[in-house]
Amino acid sequence: MSETQSTIQMPDPTRLVVSNSPHIRDNQSINKIMFTVVLAMLPACLAGIWFFGFAALKVLLLCTVSCVVIEEGWNKLMKRASTWKDGSAILTGILLGMNLNAGVPWWVCVLGGVLAIILGKQLFGGLGYNPFNPALVARVGLLIGLPEIMTTWNATRGADVVTSATPLGMAVGDTSLGNLLSGNVGGCLGETSAIALLIGGAILLFFKLIKWQVPVAFIGSVFVITGIAYWINPAEYHSPVFHVLSGGLLLGAFFMATDMVTSPMTKKGSLIFGLGCGIMTSAIRLWGSYPEGVSFSILFMNALTPLIDRSTISKPFGYTAPIKGESK
Amino acid sequence: MSEKPRKFKGGVHPNDSKALSKSSPIQDAPLLETYKVIMHQNIGAPPELVVKKGDAVKKGDLLAKAGGFVSVPLHAPTSGTVKAIDKCPGPTGMAVPSIEITADGEDEWGATFEPITDWKNCDPAVLKQRVWDAGIVGMGGAGFPAHVKLSPPEGKVIDTLILNGAECEPYLTADHRIMLEQAEDVVLGAAIIARILGLETAVIGVEENKPDAISQLTEIAGKYNVTVQALPVNYPQGAEKQLIYAITGREVPIGKLPMDVNCVVQNVASAVAIAEAVVKGRPSIDRITTVTGKPVVNPGNWRFRLGTPIEKALELVGGVNTQPAKLLLGGPMMGIAQSSLGVTIMKNTSGILLVAADEVSLYTSEPCIRCGRCVEVCPMSILPATISQAVENKRFDWAEELNVMACIECGSCSYVCPSHRPLNQHFKRGKIEIQAQLRKKK
Repeated sequence: MSETQSTIQMPDPTRLVVSNSPHIRDNQSINKIMFTVVLAMLPACLAGIWFFGFAALKVLLLCTVSCVVIEEGWNKLMKRASTWKDGSAILTGILLGMNLNAGVPWWVCVLGGVLAIILGKQLFGGLGYNPFNPALVARVGLLIGLPEIMTTWNATRGADVVTSATPLGMAVGDTSLGNLLSGNVGGCLGETSAIALLIGGAILLFFKLIKWQVPVAFIGSVFVITGIAYWINPAEYHSPVFHVLSGGLLLGAFFMATDMVTSPMTKKGSLIFGLGCGIMTSAIRLWGSYPEGVSFSILFMNALTPLIDRSTISKPFGYTAPIKGESK
Repeated sequence: MSEKPRKFKGGVHPNDSKALSKSSPIQDAPLLETYKVIMHQNIGAPPELVVKKGDAVKKGDLLAKAGGFVSVPLHAPTSGTVKAIDKCPGPTGMAVPSIEITADGEDEWGATFEPITDWKNCDPAVLKQRVWDAGIVGMGGAGFPAHVKLSPPEGKVIDTLILNGAECEPYLTADHRIMLEQAEDVVLGAAIIARILGLETAVIGVEENKPDAISQLTEIAGKYNVTVQALPVNYPQGAEKQLIYAITGREVPIGKLPMDVNCVVQNVASAVAIAEAVVKGRPSIDRITTVTGKPVVNPGNWRFRLGTPIEKALELVGGVNTQPAKLLLGGPMMGIAQSSLGVTIMKNTSGILLVAADEVSLYTSEPCIRCGRCVEVCPMSILPATISQAVENKRFDWAEELNVMACIECGSCSYVCPSHRPLNQHFKRGKIEIQAQLRKKK
């Protein structure tokens, strides 16, 4: 052994790391999750840009840049480490943009960014601690504060008028199934194209970034409830297909209700969460004073998430109910 | 077993990396000049020393006797003299009492046990005593005295014996090689344990990624009325509770033992040790260990005497190509990180693993984004993310309510966490704090 020993390289024990098991991990990270979601949002963004033109791109970029700048500004102010690289601010920014009308003035995007990042996220402690979806906090804040700007919609390419109502709002213009599917209707720039949103949803499901229970329960319950209303009184109510394809339902069901931080962790909880969103959305759309209820219902269910999580804890493996009278 | 195994909920699929060493046959490590045998190699009470400095010992002679029922004796790995009773680095980083033996190079057996060739007609109590006398522990990693598992208390009926050949930890191939090369002994061990328990049959559970071992065992298993059950590849398939569930469909209640659902589980290497102790009269003085990892020059499976320093084991495999980031005893999911090459091989050292810098998880933990991946993979169906936050906030009462005590520390949750949170570490801490509070109450 002594001859070969000198040529054998041995590990240097002083450079060995000692830490707890497990010692290997799969290569998933927050950053990867966020950017995969961004990838899944691209089809809907591209559809928005196609139908609403350069204005849509401008809104998306403005929102994204505002969110990142505001997040970094807040981090500086609070003397915290930079966090924009985790991708969550970028994601919030794009989602905010998708929830805005392509014609909003620039300062609405910046204001939205402030609402989303500071009110929606940082005041609660940053990523992971926010009870409400930040992009939705901004959208609803803007909707309540600036109702006129937020409910004036740019027309799509080829249409003559500058503004028009959303199909849900007034049901005017060409809202044929084809236009609803492709996205050639008025509305927020990221919510109109059903096909693009479904492609995005498929990407999210494929990478297991969302639980199928949420969109299925959400969209399914809206379909069933509005379907019953339509069956009872087709003259007053829209068809369930129209309800599913128009407004922010698909965007909300695939991209906002599924937000990991603000939705339940358990599968059963996700089902309840989706159902709750669907029932509230249908109620607001059918009988509420707002034409659209997706954002409100998701925010409402966000508030219930801790309760849902707590009441849907599954039975652990090998769990036996404690015998009555027996002390621990 | 014609019945299909049940799939337990959860689990992860890390790259098994077994190709590095799985085709390398078991080699006998050459005799060393010095062995440092760690005294306390079993769960339970430490054994009591029966030799003193300067004593001459033969291979297999008693060094320490069992220090109680949940304790096993310790035997000399080779012949020589007891040079010192002192301390050597232990696997947990603390110095532990050890017996240093200077080999005389003769490697001569002392008075060993009488072989029991006619074990089929032998009194089960005698067989069980032999398992205890030979100092056999659970060699899969836990180190729980084998004879204790074979002594169900009055009123507990055992109806199923399972041999654990799952070897679900990535990298490790020692059990795989044992099942291939010592299939006869594995099956024989199963039959002997079955006899001790008064059973007619036994089941050997093996993960499907070892088809050669499955066919090898199946070929001879019928001889002793033993069956082989192929199991789906899913970490932690080899965890006792998950293994019992896969084979019998029974759930071991939280805080209870396999015998509470009428099962006994023994590792395949322990079965071989039991077979050797009975039919050859050989005490537990060595074991098969996988020495592997990407930085290792020649990964392989070796038969090491107890007390072999890791340093010597690494020399046998040609050392390393590059400086590893971690040195582990055991596999990458549950193994213990080491800071010294002076730690010696014990009865439960299933692997020596060197992890390269590019595959090791060196991370900063980020906030939980509640993605629920940990909930999905938890084989015990508890809520790792929530429990981890409870422990972080020192809410041990809450952690207990959320069944942290059910955690088997398999590490699946930490493995998948995108925020790289030290979940497993939190649970270990939570469990220790809760146990400490319980002791205080008493």
